[in-house]
Amino acid sequence: MTEIWQGLVRAIELIVTLDAEVIEITWRSLTISVIATVLASVLCLPLGALVHFRRFRGKRLLISLVQTLYSVPTVVIGLLVFILLSRSGPLGGLNLLFTPAAMVVGQVVLIIPILLGLTISALSSVDRTIADTARSLGASGPQTAVLVLTEARFAVTAAVIMAFGRAISEVGIAIMVGGNIRGFTRVLTTAISLETSRGDVELSMALGLILLLIALAVNLTLNRIQR
Amino acid sequence: MPLIETNDLCQRYDGRHILRNINLSIEAGEVLALIGPTGAGKTTLLRLLALLDTPTSGAIFFDGANVAGSPRFRLEMRRRMAFVLQKPMAFNASVYDNVASGLRWRGLGRAEVRDQVERVLEMIGLSADRNRNARTLSGGEMQRVAIARAIALDPEVLLLDEPTANLDPVSARRTEELLAAVIRQRSATVILSTHDLAQGQRLADRIGVLINGEIPQIGTSRDIFVSPGSREVAEFVGVENILDGTVLSSAEDVVTVDIGGGLIEAVSDVAVGQRVSVCVRPENVTLALSRLSSSARNSFTGKVTWLSSAGPLARVHVDCGFPLVALVTRRSAADLDLHIGRQVYVTFKASATHVIRTERDS
Repeated sequence: MTEIWQGLVRAIELIVTLDAEVIEITWRSLTISVIATVLASVLCLPLGALVHFRRFRGKRLLISLVQTLYSVPTVVIGLLVFILLSRSGPLGGLNLLFTPAAMVVGQVVLIIPILLGLTISALSSVDRTIADTARSLGASGPQTAVLVLTEARFAVTAAVIMAFGRAISEVGIAIMVGGNIRGFTRVLTTAISLETSRGDVELSMALGLILLLIALAVNLTLNRIQR
Repeated sequence: MPLIETNDLCQRYDGRHILRNINLSIEAGEVLALIGPTGAGKTTLLRLLALLDTPTSGAIFFDGANVAGSPRFRLEMRRRMAFVLQKPMAFNASVYDNVASGLRWRGLGRAEVRDQVERVLEMIGLSADRNRNARTLSGGEMQRVAIARAIALDPEVLLLDEPTANLDPVSARRTEELLAAVIRQRSATVILSTHDLAQGQRLADRIGVLINGEIPQIGTSRDIFVSPGSREVAEFVGVENILDGTVLSSAEDVVTVDIGGGLIEAVSDVAVGQRVSVCVRPENVTLALSRLSSSARNSFTGKVTWLSSAGPLARVHVDCGFPLVALVTRRSAADLDLHIGRQVYVTFKASATHVIRTERDS
């Protein structure tokens, strides 16, 4: 019990004194996950609008499939991206394996289903009359989509924040395609995993605390938006 | 050349016919009211004309061109019109941004948008509310914003679906005044739907009656109210006395119709043996306490069965072998001491009737 207590005190010390390693790992975590979230958003918002507004065969099936992938295990994505990026894989020539870029790719793949699915359901919650009204006033297809996305802005923002939360808290992909290389691909989750197995509970706790604080910030933002 | 023309327009949903063979021809600058009961297909027709939906079959020509083209072409055509939907829906933005939306989608410059929006806001009397979120407006205000959104675009064609339905009487009157002003000030072609006949009469040059997905009659309001073309139209435009019968004889364009409970003379040239409906507007029926010696060809004795008031008028139901409704002033009703069971003499002129053929000669 005292060990946990001492760990906690030491952890807070590390945070408050802005320990160089803690700051560096946190910064890398944030950067990678923010980039992944931005990339996935740029991809999923228009794609979600396309799925929502177009009528095509198998649309319901596609949406069910996307929703099923919300809970895909991160290690499965890690494996997939590993195979794609490994030297003998189809994208091996890019030499991306065990780089932050590979982690970004993995996280993008991980959060696409959540972002796409939540974008589609956000758009569906907008009254159909809005789109009709826009078209009746001369909006083109893309202009109508932008308007409906704007109308659903709170739900869409919530989707983006959820996706960010999933990206920053995952560990499977970061380890498998990032490799947890110190000073290069080591992020909050992988560092916690490694330091714990090495017995450095204090650093682990500090990093865990930061992760919790990020989760708290994400949740507070979400609540503010949904209020 | 008409500005808008439709050719055998049909619309089906799940195998159900919503519209059947609609052939309309609308001149530029004309104001057309589509009147008809709820569910007649008014909204469906307007949505087709506004190019929001595509018809199951048939064609729409706008300014001579078939609109069944590429999405790009349809958008181009759609941008020459504006459609105000029945349910006014505010975009979750300021009143100003709501009115500006259509102009921005057309790629107009900032200054142009501002001038146009300010001018229209002035017109609808909501200049002071320009920065308010449109979601917080009342129903009547929102309807005016919806109309402003449309007229800000200076459309060649303005389409309005039940512009005053779902509004309280005061807002409805205000909205109608605004529409009347828009119609006066602009040269736009206007097509509006309403279930309020009087509103159609007040605003439109021509009225098209839409019943069960078809347009049985289109014409000036006088045509439709005085000479409804079918029994359904007569019923819808509020002809209260519709008497079905068969033509017994015909002489010098006056026919005698056997309606079961009596014989009615009417001015018409239909042939003997034809099944007809004779329409008599209640205001053309005269009531008296003694038998009148007059030029009126139709005279009956009857008993008052029901009395109700309609503003300054009294609606008197009389049974003279067949039911007949008369509309007299409340003063007359009092002078005649009308009450249920009272015996009265009923007269109306053969020329005050309108005869509708109900089926082919049998």
